[in-house]
Amino acid sequence: MKAFLAILKRDIYLGLRQGGGAGAGLAFMLSVLVLIPIAVGPDQNLLQRLAPGIMWLALLLAVLLTSEKIFQQDFEDGTLDALMGASLPLEMTVLAKALAHWLSVGLPLAIMAPMLGILLNIDTSAMAVLSLAMALGSLALSLLASIGGAITAGLRRGGLLVALLVMPLYVPVLIFGVSATLAENGPEGASGSLIVLSALTLISTALQPFAAAAALRAYLK
Amino acid sequence: MQVLANPHRFFSISNRILPFGWVATALAFAYGLYLALVASPADYQQGETVRIMYVHVPSATLALFIYVFMAIASAMALIFRHPLADSAAKVAAPLGAGFCFLALATGSLWGKPMWGTWWVWDARLTSMFVLMLLYLGYMAVWRAFDDPQRAASLARIVALVGVINIPIVKFSVDWWNTLHQPASILRKGGPAIDASILWPLAMMFVASGLFFFCTHLMLLKNEVRARKLRAEKLKTMDTR
Repeated sequence: MKAFLAILKRDIYLGLRQGGGAGAGLAFMLSVLVLIPIAVGPDQNLLQRLAPGIMWLALLLAVLLTSEKIFQQDFEDGTLDALMGASLPLEMTVLAKALAHWLSVGLPLAIMAPMLGILLNIDTSAMAVLSLAMALGSLALSLLASIGGAITAGLRRGGLLVALLVMPLYVPVLIFGVSATLAENGPEGASGSLIVLSALTLISTALQPFAAAAALRAYLK
Repeated sequence: MQVLANPHRFFSISNRILPFGWVATALAFAYGLYLALVASPADYQQGETVRIMYVHVPSATLALFIYVFMAIASAMALIFRHPLADSAAKVAAPLGAGFCFLALATGSLWGKPMWGTWWVWDARLTSMFVLMLLYLGYMAVWRAFDDPQRAASLARIVALVGVINIPIVKFSVDWWNTLHQPASILRKGGPAIDASILWPLAMMFVASGLFFFCTHLMLLKNEVRARKLRAEKLKTMDTR
C-alpha cells in the first residue's frame, strides 16, 4: 500500500508540474470552447443544446492527448524496468499510474468544465449532474487511456494509434455521460445513466490492471 | 487443434482440404446468387432492393463472427501458446474488416431508397461502425511494430479488450437510438421470414462462410511461409 501511494504521489506531482501542469488542461478546454461557436455559429439555443456533448468531447480529447505521458517517459528512462522489479505487482503499479492521471488531468477538468459551460450558454440546472457524471466518467476515460498508453509505450509516435485504439472504448462512456444531462430524460433518467456510468467505470477498473500490465510486459521481457 | 501445431502437418491437411473448399465455395455462390438474384421473389414492400439483403446479412454476421474468432484465437495464443493462433487472428482481421465494410456499404445502398438516407446514427449502424474501428485499430497494431513477437503479444490484448467492448457498445447504443429492424431469423417463435427468402439467404450464408474459411486458410498458409522465410533470413545473417 505504501509503494502504491508513493507511485500515486510521484505521478500526481509530475502531472501537475510537468508540461504546463494543471493549467494546461484548462487552457486546452478553453481553446476548444472558443473554436466551437466559431465553427457552428453563435446561436444561443443551438449552443445550449450542444453544450454537454461539447464539454464531454473536450474532456475526452484532453484525457486522450495526455495519455502518452502515463507510461512513455518512464518507459524511456528505465523507471518502468525498476518498477517491474519492485515488490509491488505491476498490475497495482499501472493502476496507481492511471489513478494519478485521473487525479491530475480528468478530475480537475471535470469539476471545472461545467463552469466553463457558461460560455456555451449551458443550462445551469444541469451543471451539478454534468459535473458528477464527468467526475465519474473521467476515471473510466483515464483507465482506458492508460491501456492505450501501455500498448503504445515503446512507439515514438503512438498518438494516432492510441486514439484509434481507445476511441471505440470511449463510446459507451460518452453515451451514458451525455444522456445523464439530457433534459428529456428527467431526473430519473439522470440517475439511471449515472448508475450505468459507475458500472462502466468499475468494469474499466477491473480490466485495466491486467490489460495494461500485460502490454507493458510485452515490452519489458 | 494441437494437431495443427506442426507446420508440415498443417500444410498437408490444409492442402488436402483447400481444393474441395474452393469448389464448394464456387458452387454455393453460384447456386446462392442464382436463388438470390433470379429465382427468389421481390418483396411486396421493398421491391427488388430486398436482394441487397442477401449480401448484407451474411456479411454483417461474418463481420461479428470473425471478431469473436480473432478473440478466441488470441486467447488460445495467450493461454496455450499455440504457434498458429496469433497468425490465425492476424490474417482474419482484414477479412473481417472487409465483411464489415461490405455490410456497411450494402446497408447504405439499401438505406437510400428505403429510409431515404445513406446513413443514420442508429444503434445497429453505430455499433457496426465501432466494430470497423476496432478492426482498423487491431490491424494498425500489427503494422506499428517491427518485432513480430512484440506485435503479436500486444495485438492479443487489443483483440481481447475489444471483444469485451463489443457487447457493451451494443447494449449502450441499443439504449441510445434505434431505427434498424430487430433480429428476424434467430428469435423466439421461429424465423419471421418467408421460406422463399429464407432459403436463398441460408445459401448465401453457407457461401460466404465457405469463402471466409478458404481465404483464411490460404492467408494463414501464406503467413506461416512468410514467418519461415524470415527465420531463414535471420539464420543466414547469424552465420555471417
